[in-house]
Amino acid sequence: MEDKPFDTSAAAAAEPLEKPESQIREMWDALKSNKGALVGLGIILFLIFVAVFGHWLMPYDPNLSDMGASFLPPGPEHWFGTDQLGRDIFSRIIYGTHISLTVGLSAVAISLTAGIILGAVAGYRGGKTDTVIMRFMDMMLAIPSILLAIAFMAALGKGLDKAVIAIGLVSIPEYARIVRGCILSVKENDYVQAARVVGNRDGRIIFKHIMPNILSSIVVRATLGISTAVLDTSALGFLGLGVQPPYAEWGDMLGRARGFIFSAPYTLIFPGIAITITVLAFNLLGDGLRDALDPKSRQL
Amino acid sequence: MLLEVKHLTTEFHLKKGVVNAVDDVSFSVDKGEILAIVGESGSGKSVTSLSIMGLISPPGRIAKGEILFKGNDLTRLPLHELQKIRGDQISMIFQEPMTSLNPVQRIRDQIMESIMTHMKLTKEEALRRTVEMLDLVGIPSPEARANDYPHQMSGGMRQRVMIAMALSCRPELLIADEPTTALDVTIQAQILELLYSLREKLNMAVLLITHDLGVVAEAADRVVVMYCGKILEEADVKTLFTSPMHPYTVGLLESIPRLDDERERLSMIRGMVPNPLHMPPGCAFSDRCDRCMEKCRKHMPALVPVNGSKVRCFLYSEEVEEDRHE
Amino acid sequence: MNEPLVQIKNLKKYFTVRTDFFGRPTSVLKAVDDVSFEIRRGEAFGLVGESGCGKTTIGKMLVNLYRPTSGTILFDGRDLTAMDEEERRKCCRDIQLIFQDPYASLNPRMTIGDIIAEPIRINHLLPSSEVEGRVNYLLGCVGLANHLRNRYPHEFSGGQRQRVGIARALAVQPKLIVCDEPVSALDVSIQAQVLNLLHDLKDEFGLTYLFIAHGLNVVKHISDRVGVMYLGKLMEIASKRELYEKPLNPYTQALLSAIPVTDVTRKKERIILKGDVPSPIDPGEGCRFASRCFKVFEGCDRICPPLRDVGNGHLVACRLYDTLVGSADSDSVSQ
Repeated sequence: MEDKPFDTSAAAAAEPLEKPESQIREMWDALKSNKGALVGLGIILFLIFVAVFGHWLMPYDPNLSDMGASFLPPGPEHWFGTDQLGRDIFSRIIYGTHISLTVGLSAVAISLTAGIILGAVAGYRGGKTDTVIMRFMDMMLAIPSILLAIAFMAALGKGLDKAVIAIGLVSIPEYARIVRGCILSVKENDYVQAARVVGNRDGRIIFKHIMPNILSSIVVRATLGISTAVLDTSALGFLGLGVQPPYAEWGDMLGRARGFIFSAPYTLIFPGIAITITVLAFNLLGDGLRDALDPKSRQL
Repeated sequence: MLLEVKHLTTEFHLKKGVVNAVDDVSFSVDKGEILAIVGESGSGKSVTSLSIMGLISPPGRIAKGEILFKGNDLTRLPLHELQKIRGDQISMIFQEPMTSLNPVQRIRDQIMESIMTHMKLTKEEALRRTVEMLDLVGIPSPEARANDYPHQMSGGMRQRVMIAMALSCRPELLIADEPTTALDVTIQAQILELLYSLREKLNMAVLLITHDLGVVAEAADRVVVMYCGKILEEADVKTLFTSPMHPYTVGLLESIPRLDDERERLSMIRGMVPNPLHMPPGCAFSDRCDRCMEKCRKHMPALVPVNGSKVRCFLYSEEVEEDRHE
Repeated sequence: MNEPLVQIKNLKKYFTVRTDFFGRPTSVLKAVDDVSFEIRRGEAFGLVGESGCGKTTIGKMLVNLYRPTSGTILFDGRDLTAMDEEERRKCCRDIQLIFQDPYASLNPRMTIGDIIAEPIRINHLLPSSEVEGRVNYLLGCVGLANHLRNRYPHEFSGGQRQRVGIARALAVQPKLIVCDEPVSALDVSIQAQVLNLLHDLKDEFGLTYLFIAHGLNVVKHISDRVGVMYLGKLMEIASKRELYEKPLNPYTQALLSAIPVTDVTRKKERIILKGDVPSPIDPGEGCRFASRCFKVFEGCDRICPPLRDVGNGHLVACRLYDTLVGSADSDSVSQ
């Protein structure tokens, strides 16, 4: 074989061995050009900072009530005012950041793990397995999620850990459906068939050949999912099913202050703003990621 | 001359640099003539056809040159006048007949729509013309098939519908971009036969864009060979296939598997098409050429007339192309 | 005559298109319908036909991507259809596939080094210290430089990707390679390169090929024998020389004549078939080609001719040659 058709020496001279770009690097490069996503990312980093170092930032003990100082309007002493028990709202919101982020992340972790496993099995196996799993998921989707979460809470009992589990369980079907859909479309690719032909077993095909190629869609969904989880936590808190007093949680703060909407609106406004900003930040980042990871917009 | 393309340069502004997909290309199509532009992927043949149709969108743009259709420069026409010409006097058919038809509309309605936008006809007249056109392109029982949806038809039938639609307004120029690539061999033969006979019947010019030299030999009158955005050779079909001049054309012709030769190995062109962002300074084909000389690597030869054809190669002329832009 | 490496007998693959309320099939796509042939050790067998004729389905059944509906596939004397899944997975390692689309057949998230090394690693063919050397060797075999090992598929051209696909197929040291239209997605000048490479590798590695293509011209150079398929049925099998010099089945004749020739000095009379390839869903009783055949006669639409030997290992399924076979049969009876 003398006349090797492909002239390798020329290519070697032109370009030295190149370090391959990692997937994360690729995402970051694409994300950098999206302003909305950067703002979202900035806010999230700030929230994480507040959640971690909140103890040093709080001017007051968030649980310390001072009946003499109840319903103080925002001012230099209490930046966001005080609630009906005289607790400093600013400190309570900082404390709530910690709770909301923890709940959001752990709930998504639960639903993501279960969703990936169920979706992958359903999508890859197909047939009866698929039908059984997906019909069950459809049944869960048919019930309004907050109602389902309340039902779970009723079964599990009150408390923050139970709320996390309930919210996590409720959003499993969404992830299962997305993972299944992605797997169905990736599964038909020639390279997945090629992996079978060279002798791969099913498990390796799913995790080595299919998963890396659908990771981006899952990451996008999970980012958006955190904001839903934060909202759901607040809703459960508002209904008094989440965090138990005296701990501060944004939804719970709203719920307890709803009687004072006209007399002391700041008791509602600030927790409301906190929820809005957090949800908005995760949505911005999620949308930005989706644009950044869409191969069509990345081509050039 | 029906269509004259002069010094057409279409460039694409990419993140990594500017690519001249079509680089100073000139050719002309006469009335009733079939001109084939042949080239491999990246040769700029499709971008040429899209430029003529005014379908180049950012990041691409026509940087230089004129496209004269019956004397009017299409690159300078306002959009509404271009739209009048497009689909009326110039039509186009595409490679993929599946994606070029609207899946939720009946064949009849799609053809009638294009007839009614370009010709002032009543609905009945347009319908009659639609059936006439379907009959012309060889669709059996056209009245019945006109009511079909695209998915009810096979690939070959859909390509016939596309041709019927393109011909419905009696265009003077039909641009056919790889019209048979997605089709089976026996169907390809049918469609080529159809194009050839329609040209005779309607005295229409065809600009045939293809990568398949076999198709060229079967259908075209004249051929333009493109490589990396440049015309390397232009000749009438007989000359090109009997005495090709440019080493690239020679290599292409020899690398086609033919039924009538007994060689075990095919002859081939080594290497691959250069990256459009890192073009060699001289002739674009120099890296792959067996007859490459010193100056081929430094200078771009000019396209010069030789024996009634045109060729861009230092083997035939010393002339160097001037004002090369970077 | 060489002993066969692959023997395919009465192979069928039906896909259910529609079922009734109880899940019983009411509409069936007969992708491969009662096909028998053999591939001899060390030969390249060309399988040609238009889209939907079932050629790819046969290839995919060989590499265990599809399960046959019925029939047997004997590979190296062992019946693939009678094995359990695990045994078949091991056995099918000796049969590799080169895909048509070089853009879809490589995992975009793996470097080409990993793509080629994977078959060696998962099948534990070599100790891990030797894998890299083997990958470099394979890259060399297909004409790619070692240092490209850490690149991702999107950095390569179609021809180079197809070379990677070939190296991956070679990695497990297979006995048979199914080449599923390996050059139809490539540029003309690259097609010749890849065809020549496949030709060289066949000798170098002592391979047997099943070479699938949609046109008879591509197969000509590489094949020793050629089979022509139409709508799930084999129409004709013959040695290359026989088939190209005296094609018997009208479909083969039409297929040969449909290939555009670059010889402009010799305008040939060509057979242009009428109509389209019919749907393989619920085909009728008769010869599959009857609706488009230019030599069709009384009875062709009712009687499906079997594949019969007309001498010289030339098999054809067409009633035009019944008399020929008939006389041969009566000869053998009288003897």
